[in-house]
Amino acid sequence: MAAGVATLVLGVGAVSSLERTRDAFYEANRFADIFANATRAPRSLLERIEDIPGVLDAEGRILRIAILDMPGMAEPGSLLLVSTPSDDGLNRLHLRLGRMPDPNRLNEVVVSQGFAEAHGLVPGDKVRTLMDGRTREITVTGVAISPEFIYALGPGDMMPDPRRFGIAWIPGEGLAAVRDLEGAFDNLIVKLATGASEARVIAEVDALLEPYGGTGATGRKEQISHAFLDAELQQLRGMARVLPPIFLLVSALLVNMTLGRLVALEREQIGLLKALGYGPGAIVRHYVGFVLAIAAFGIAAGWAAGAWMGAGLAGMYARFFDFPFLLFSRSPDTYAIAALVTTAAAVLGAVNAVRTVAWLPPAVAMAPPAPVRYRRFWGGAVEQLLQARQTSVMVVRHLLRWPLRTLGGVFGISLAVAALVGSLWSFGSGERMIDLSFFRMDRQDVSVVFSGLAPMAAIHEVRRLPGVLRAEPLRVADARIGSGHVTRRIAILGLPEGSDLSRLLAADERPMEVPEQGLVLSEALADILGVGIGDQVTLELLKGDRRTLSVPVREISLGYLGLSASGRLETVNRMLGEGSVFTGARIALDPSQEDAFYADVRETPGSGFLTIQSLSLRKFRETLAQNQTIMISVLAVLAGIIAFGVVYNFIRISLSEQGRELASLRVLGFTRSEVAAILYGEIAVVTLLAQPLGWLVGTGFAVAVVRGFGSELYRIPLVIGPEVYARASLIVLGAALASALLVRGRIARLDMIEVLKTRE
Amino acid sequence: MSSATSWPAGLRGACRWCPEPVAAPPVFRAEALTKTYRTGEVEVQALRAVDFEATAGEFVVILGPSGSGKSTFLNIIGGLDTPSSGRACFMDQEITKLDDRGLTRYRRDHVGFVFQFYNLMPSLTARENVRLVTEIARRPMKAEEALEMVGLAQRIDHFPAQLSGGEQQRVAIARAIAKNPEVLLCDEPMGALDPATGVKVLEALMRVNEVTGATTLVITHNAAIQDLAHRVVRFGNGAILGVETNARRKAPSEVSW
Repeated sequence: MAAGVATLVLGVGAVSSLERTRDAFYEANRFADIFANATRAPRSLLERIEDIPGVLDAEGRILRIAILDMPGMAEPGSLLLVSTPSDDGLNRLHLRLGRMPDPNRLNEVVVSQGFAEAHGLVPGDKVRTLMDGRTREITVTGVAISPEFIYALGPGDMMPDPRRFGIAWIPGEGLAAVRDLEGAFDNLIVKLATGASEARVIAEVDALLEPYGGTGATGRKEQISHAFLDAELQQLRGMARVLPPIFLLVSALLVNMTLGRLVALEREQIGLLKALGYGPGAIVRHYVGFVLAIAAFGIAAGWAAGAWMGAGLAGMYARFFDFPFLLFSRSPDTYAIAALVTTAAAVLGAVNAVRTVAWLPPAVAMAPPAPVRYRRFWGGAVEQLLQARQTSVMVVRHLLRWPLRTLGGVFGISLAVAALVGSLWSFGSGERMIDLSFFRMDRQDVSVVFSGLAPMAAIHEVRRLPGVLRAEPLRVADARIGSGHVTRRIAILGLPEGSDLSRLLAADERPMEVPEQGLVLSEALADILGVGIGDQVTLELLKGDRRTLSVPVREISLGYLGLSASGRLETVNRMLGEGSVFTGARIALDPSQEDAFYADVRETPGSGFLTIQSLSLRKFRETLAQNQTIMISVLAVLAGIIAFGVVYNFIRISLSEQGRELASLRVLGFTRSEVAAILYGEIAVVTLLAQPLGWLVGTGFAVAVVRGFGSELYRIPLVIGPEVYARASLIVLGAALASALLVRGRIARLDMIEVLKTRE
Repeated sequence: MSSATSWPAGLRGACRWCPEPVAAPPVFRAEALTKTYRTGEVEVQALRAVDFEATAGEFVVILGPSGSGKSTFLNIIGGLDTPSSGRACFMDQEITKLDDRGLTRYRRDHVGFVFQFYNLMPSLTARENVRLVTEIARRPMKAEEALEMVGLAQRIDHFPAQLSGGEQQRVAIARAIAKNPEVLLCDEPMGALDPATGVKVLEALMRVNEVTGATTLVITHNAAIQDLAHRVVRFGNGAILGVETNARRKAPSEVSW
């Protein structure tokens, strides 16, 4: 009982605590609401932005990517240099170590905590970076965390890798000098007043920034760190919504069954009370009071345990997300719901059991109940069919005699199986996501993103770099794509004809050629926009002359990560009107020449950012494994407890009901194992029946998760292999077995002599 | 009837203190059986050095008031309980030396029990209740045959809840004899029945005794039944007060209580 209450309190408490903590962290550090990039906007523009109604504060920053030159690190990494926020500015840092950089020293930086930890950096250490081919040494003065980079994702990366990507906050003057941006900024962050319309402010900011190369402002929803954190919390929320209610339901079922049986055993006392002159009302009140006392105890214990474990779980996640503090939240309604459901289950169980006895005349109530009426089912067809021993017949008839309880047991155990199936499938689906994304769609070893546009002829230079086996140009451009009033900011991908490293897959997973005209939308994007093949979408380009076009959708492609729209490289270039250019390349590399390649790229000005597929893949796997391990361990334990609890209660109740018969069998010369086999046979039938049902319900959970999770960051393919069902069943069967073994002692101690003296 | 060869290996071994078989070898032999229960601070002497013998085919009635130790005695020689001291022998096997497994085997293969409250399986029909035992017995008779012997051929497919008390007790007797046991131990078999029904049950017991030759021990506190026995054993205060042999046995219909 306590366990059911505890899980609900724990799950809901942990999630709401994390949400509160995140919000408080955002608030304390003045996390911005709107983000925009431009090429070069004068600082004087900031005043006009601050004058937009609804804007509380606006800050112009300079962002710059530098290539890392860390000793002993062959693979390329990069550091995002960001202007340090002013003391009363936005996206303030939470200093963990050291001090803020001296504004007068242009080489001092504060680095992000993940990066510092990955490289063992402490204040005083120096880091070498390459910017525009020039080496620059910067000194770490402090380590900080920022609400903007709870998840620090390098450009082109799918998962954070703090070793290869870090943030360095550097006084604005230092950056301005490097980038030739004195008196100007290229990144804008805006804090909104409460209740201000985000869409309106974005529109006005866009209008103001447009002359300065603005690429369209975005709200917090599209800020990458926030979106990731949100997806993570969403997942937790999903778990907290589905699992604890299951658990509560099962525990309510058990409470109902157990207390019902407990009261049923009191039959003679009830008769005695009646004989002494108590009315049925008084008796029902007495037993309701009795189970209420038990329930009160269980609920109090559950509250305490749930609050305690919830704080622990939230604390664990708070550390995982690097929140500097934790606000634990206690929502009274969760406590109330948990208590209510449990109490109702207990009282119903008691009333149901008392009801049958309380209205009987005292003499009848005091006498033992008449033998339970059994019957043959379907004219004994089941028994015939089984060709069974009489002990098996007993098992079948006893189960069929109490169909509701049997179903309750089947249902309870199947929920345990379902909870497991509903989570274990994510392993296989992760592997499938990896297979499709890394081995069948993006098959390059490395991709390069240049810091600017490159003329098409430059692809030959890329091909001449050491170790390059094949290089395909790529054009990426920011755009807003829309249909009706739904719009999304995405990156349009221009792929060359015959693109082989980067492929689009059709729904049947076969690679497709990029059509000459129009766009290929990923399934997720097409769903969001509500368009299909042949429909037109509007495309507002956020580069070049920012034209708005109407483009036909030619194909829908498979894709699980992000939203994507692709077209032929020439088509995309034509739309943008910037001539024959590209912005990056996908490269197949000779592994033996990797280091030479990396070194060459590092020295090449404008080579921008490198994404290494194998590292991305490793990081992807690690992150997936980390998330899944926590979630699945929690689930496996919960499912185990459910299965254990249901089986234990079921056997105990069955033993309590049939103890007399089983002891009689011992008298007749049945061995302990033969007698135990009857009880175990019952629970085995229940457990086995629960498996297919659990598989079915679990598959339903999985489908619901896939539907509910379809965040715009990623979609999850639904892949449930037989091993998922097998594993789920094995865990549950293991728990059931452990539970059954626990009752063995009681079966062995059946008192043969006692049952001969009493009637029941 | 039975011989030592029916015992599982390891349990076999002659009962050394039993005298060599004479003309009619005793099926049971008990010597100085003592049983002391401890309930809290109080020590209860249920049996005080009881000596007893029964021969094959004998019909013995055990009489005595409540608490006289007769049930404890029956439980020990039936392999349901162990004495505090003393020995009990079945055929050539000392049952008081057997462990739980050996006792289970002993009950299963050699003893038929009938109890006051029938102890039938409510989920099984009359026939199935008997089959329960014939399925695990070494040389069982057919369930239908056993039920016919107790006069229940017409009601073999009824569940206990559909049978009267006397019918239920006769199913219990059929179940006890269906394994062809060497001994039939009955503890107050008529205790819960009205006299007319009790007579039917007694008739069934005597018929079984005659047909199968099973040594039959019937516990009762009803003195009227003593006239049916070959021998009457009187219990009181944990000891045997006396043994009488009936020169002439009455038929159940001749007794009244």
